[in-house]
Amino acid sequence: MPTPTKDNLARRNRPSKNDRSDRLFRYLMYVASGISVFILLFMGWIITGHALPAVKQFGWGFLTSQDWNVPDLKFGALPLIYGTIGSGLISLVFAIPVGLAVAIVTSEDLLPHWLRSMIAFTIELLASIPSVVFGLWGFYTLIPILLPIQQFLHSRFGNIPLFSTEPSGSGLLTAGMLLAIMILPTVAAVSREVLLVVPNYLRTGSMALGSTRWETIFRVVLPNAFSGIIGAVMLALGRALGETMAVTMVIGNAENISPSIFAPAYSIPAILANTFAEAQDDVHVGALTYLVLILFAITLTVNVGALGLVRLVERGNKS
Amino acid sequence: MLSNKFGRFTTLTAVAVSVFGTQLAALADVTLSGAGATFPQPLYERYVREMRKAHPDIKVNYQSIGSGGGVKQTIAGTVDFGASDAAMTDGEMAKVRGGVLLIPTAGGAVSVVYNLPGIKNLKLSNAVLGGIFTGKITNWNDPQIAQANKGVSLPSGAIKPAVRADGSGTSFIFSNHMSAINSDFKSAIGASKEPKWPSGFLKGKGNPGVAATVKQTPGSIGYVEYEFALKSGLSSASVQNGSGQYVAPSLRSANQALADVQFPENFRAFDVNSSQGYPIVGLTWLLIPKTQKDPNKAKAIKTMVKWMLTSGQQFNDDLNYTSIPSSVAQRAIEAVESGVK
Repeated sequence: MPTPTKDNLARRNRPSKNDRSDRLFRYLMYVASGISVFILLFMGWIITGHALPAVKQFGWGFLTSQDWNVPDLKFGALPLIYGTIGSGLISLVFAIPVGLAVAIVTSEDLLPHWLRSMIAFTIELLASIPSVVFGLWGFYTLIPILLPIQQFLHSRFGNIPLFSTEPSGSGLLTAGMLLAIMILPTVAAVSREVLLVVPNYLRTGSMALGSTRWETIFRVVLPNAFSGIIGAVMLALGRALGETMAVTMVIGNAENISPSIFAPAYSIPAILANTFAEAQDDVHVGALTYLVLILFAITLTVNVGALGLVRLVERGNKS
Repeated sequence: MLSNKFGRFTTLTAVAVSVFGTQLAALADVTLSGAGATFPQPLYERYVREMRKAHPDIKVNYQSIGSGGGVKQTIAGTVDFGASDAAMTDGEMAKVRGGVLLIPTAGGAVSVVYNLPGIKNLKLSNAVLGGIFTGKITNWNDPQIAQANKGVSLPSGAIKPAVRADGSGTSFIFSNHMSAINSDFKSAIGASKEPKWPSGFLKGKGNPGVAATVKQTPGSIGYVEYEFALKSGLSSASVQNGSGQYVAPSLRSANQALADVQFPENFRAFDVNSSQGYPIVGLTWLLIPKTQKDPNKAKAIKTMVKWMLTSGQQFNDDLNYTSIPSSVAQRAIEAVESGVK
């Protein structure tokens, strides 16, 4: 790397012969970013247009109605919102601890280097499996494993509302657990990157003051990486909320709100995949596209909420 | 060297001529595009292949996008013909510019499949079927089920109905039959391609989805096409026909039932609660717009319908579909000959 001499610095500020290509490149970048913004707006516009018949007919009541009745063209989104958010939250319950554990193990020097990179590589490999394969695996392998456990919980603790439905394999919990496996690489890989950039002097400083390794990790490293980890979790939640194929195969596809996590449920992407092609009436198509708008809104809320949380914590740290 | 080059040149010309030649031939061909029901897709694929031998100048592209899609595309006029397992409603028919003909090509049975380890040949009365699919009968040890199954030890356990998640002709055939035999079902759920099932029913996409769900879930019961029930090795229940007999689904019993059907003027036969044979049967229709944009296409469609309803019918049996009675087929051919322009 050449050391920046006075001559070098001066050259950087001088208009170069390549000025025109510089400008061209800049315009190209403007156009490219403009196109991506335009595509989003265009999609939003089209979706809103299609959703309009349902928005007009059902209004805000759509969000609170539980009825999804195609023959009578009466639609309500609550069971689908419940299924989408419910399966997403369950997936976080499982994916955050495991993902963070993987990130800590592979970023701290607890294990020999070759083993750490092997674990990290294997977890990241999970991300490259197509979701339909996850779905098939979930349906044919995960369900037979989970079913006896669920049946046991139901027979022992069936009077607790959480386990009150007789499990049939497919259901909210199964979908949440499958999603957890699918988003695990996102949580683990992004958190790992974040933990790796926590400056080493913090670790050595903390240890020099007499903290144990665990105290260092939990009191110094993790709080320092907090905003990045929230980012990782939100990225993962975004994937979980939008996941279609795998969820469709294991969630049971029933417009159903139940306190029990064994009961079948239905998510917004799943109902779109299942019924959009056959939807005929404008109001039916409208209700389905209205659901798309709701999914947009949910994802937006999650992201804004995450941003707010990070700000709040950072302010708390400063004071 | 020279002769080698010359040789290559001649082959090139030969290739060019032959490519050009086939293109010329292709221009004279008529390509019909159709879309719709998934249920008859294997049959239509076979039809298309076999018809190519008899009528090499007609090429048919059939896309199985689902019955609802078939109706939608027929109304939109984006296909030359549509296909659906649920006949178009009057309202839908009125939307097709220039009118539309519904031509039945084949029929099929819908099997009621269940997953009760060790129990074969379950009998389900009309009242029990209605009770299960309206969510009123919820346990396998219900005395109403035991009534028709003397000597069978039915387990105690929740009945988990599995139905279709997507809009489908199979759902229509099943719910239409259920509405005919059970007034509770008719008022609570009714006949529809996408009925409003009680909440908590498991749903699978397509016949494979329902079949897989039933196979995976002990205590479940669902409905799939006969062909799928056979392939997936699931146990099928015997159900009551119009004269009260318990009949198991088979191609023969389905054909018996369809022979009994009275086809009205517009071939829209819905109520198939036959007094003989297996009663849960339905038909699949071609949706043919009467006004075709291109006279060549109109001619090709007439040829296609005629072939499907005569020579084509022999393949129905091979592929486990019921055939259209020949008198009905004759009437349908005439309707297309005179109706399509």
